[in-house]
Amino acid sequence: MPLSKQDIDHIARLARLEVAPQEKGDYAEKLSQIIELVEQLGAIDTTGVVPMAHPLDMVQRLRPDSVTETDQRDYLQQNARDTENALYIVPKVIE
Amino acid sequence: MSTLLPDFAEMARALRAGKVSSRELTGDCLARIKRHDSSLNSFISVYPEQALAAADAADKAIASGSAGPLTGIPMAHKDIFCAEGTRTTVGSKMLDNFVSPYDSRVVSGLAAAGMVSVGKTNMDEFAMGSSNETSYFGPVKNPWDLQRSPGGSSGGSAAAVAAGLVPAATGTDTGGSIRQPAALTGLTGLKPTYGRVSRYGMVAFASSLDQAGTLTRSAADAALMLGAMAGFDERDSTCANVPVPDYSATLNDSLQGKTIGVPKEFFDDGLEAGCAQAVQDAIAEYQKLGATVKEVSLPNLAMSVPVYYIVAPAECSSNLSRFDGVRFGYRTESTGDLADMYTRTRSEAFGAEVKRRIMTGAYVLSAGYYDAYYLQAQKVRQLISDDLSRCFAEVDLIIGPTTPTPAFKLGEKMGDPVQMYLNDMYTIAANLAGLPAISVPCGTSQNLPVGLQLIGTQFAEGLLLNCAHQYQQATDWHLRTPEISGGVA
Repeated sequence: MPLSKQDIDHIARLARLEVAPQEKGDYAEKLSQIIELVEQLGAIDTTGVVPMAHPLDMVQRLRPDSVTETDQRDYLQQNARDTENALYIVPKVIE
Repeated sequence: MSTLLPDFAEMARALRAGKVSSRELTGDCLARIKRHDSSLNSFISVYPEQALAAADAADKAIASGSAGPLTGIPMAHKDIFCAEGTRTTVGSKMLDNFVSPYDSRVVSGLAAAGMVSVGKTNMDEFAMGSSNETSYFGPVKNPWDLQRSPGGSSGGSAAAVAAGLVPAATGTDTGGSIRQPAALTGLTGLKPTYGRVSRYGMVAFASSLDQAGTLTRSAADAALMLGAMAGFDERDSTCANVPVPDYSATLNDSLQGKTIGVPKEFFDDGLEAGCAQAVQDAIAEYQKLGATVKEVSLPNLAMSVPVYYIVAPAECSSNLSRFDGVRFGYRTESTGDLADMYTRTRSEAFGAEVKRRIMTGAYVLSAGYYDAYYLQAQKVRQLISDDLSRCFAEVDLIIGPTTPTPAFKLGEKMGDPVQMYLNDMYTIAANLAGLPAISVPCGTSQNLPVGLQLIGTQFAEGLLLNCAHQYQQATDWHLRTPEISGGVA
């Protein structure tokens, strides 16, 4: 099913991305090619097949809920663009 | 003295005998990077001071008799592995300014074994690509022909080792990103079993497929490096708690009595004639080495690319949602509300291929499409895995080509994502099933290297390395190097 420019807008919004108006045609064309490629799977009979979520036959490991990390807040916040009083600063959310 | 000794064993002998120091080996690598990398673009960051300091520490260890087989040998890391205090870009504008706060398990493991990292290699952005052309830092050139791609996504690692800038490099493989560039540059590329090597500190692309591995000249070198990288790590919840054998100890085992399966689907119309011939010759060599060859079938192999292009983008769209400009990475300069900030940050800092994959993932996971795409892909993934299990009931390993063609020209496939994706048609199945696989140089086509792929059962890295090593004892394809390297051995 070929994707339209409106589909591109919808998908981009879901992904928190913005596609420039002049690029929408190219994204629609290439994503349509990709969707056409993956749609081949619809022809495979998978009746009764259990979906494979993970390659290893393992269960999620659990650990005791104990403190193992030291406080490295200042160190880790060095990678942030904008911090103040140990908080991450973002555009105002609540007026 | 050149660093271009044929393998780690010879370097270790020269280091112990005092014929060369790690400082000299490392200095030589740094000089070669300076001389050749402007034409290759295989490095994103080079750290001469740190490298020479690590080399001096290695020389001390060697002098005091506490050195291991890897001590003092220079190498490079794909720029996807965090190394404390230095930047880790993943080939993206998004992390251009990101300084790793800690070491990944791969970096700390190889450093503890005494290897000397000289820097970080170029790669497709977020490891999404098969040509190294999606990197924010520009494409990498193939040392065999500068007009051609070295493959991807570990293209910088492959080009750096093939050109003799470093004796070895790390890589990651989600759908072929170690094996395909190894094949296109004439190297040995090992993708271990899913969970064999900890993913701690390795930037995530598709978490059920990603695995770290090696790009080296020989299987013997890969065996030594894997030993230092593999093992249980509680910081990666999917890291397998399986003992790590001595991979070097079994390299010389005989191949008598081993059965090798050749899937007929690997030799379809898409396989270039020169590659097919080189792989057939390699299979004949294995028969001479005592192995029995048997035809097998992977009836759902053709579905592995479609399955991958649902599963990998779905996992990528989820993993890359963390890049929002708040805690680390790029943030837009433009002003607006919080949603604008997220959207502009991501739109300005991700490249076109990464955006396509995120959007493909968002689409196949979106309301109304989940069952038809994602769930169906997981079911066909199971069928592909079952096909492989059925083969392994009859054979010890599977053999075939790594790629359908030798290295292609830069720019040739960039306009057509599906053509680019089909490059990985022979490599993806091992990732889907979590199996270990290795690519070994096995000949040339159009004067370019051709790779032979061996796939084993889970945790059978020892057998894969043994089979690759035996082949390399009987042939010299892995010792052939491009002109730019100045010749090895």
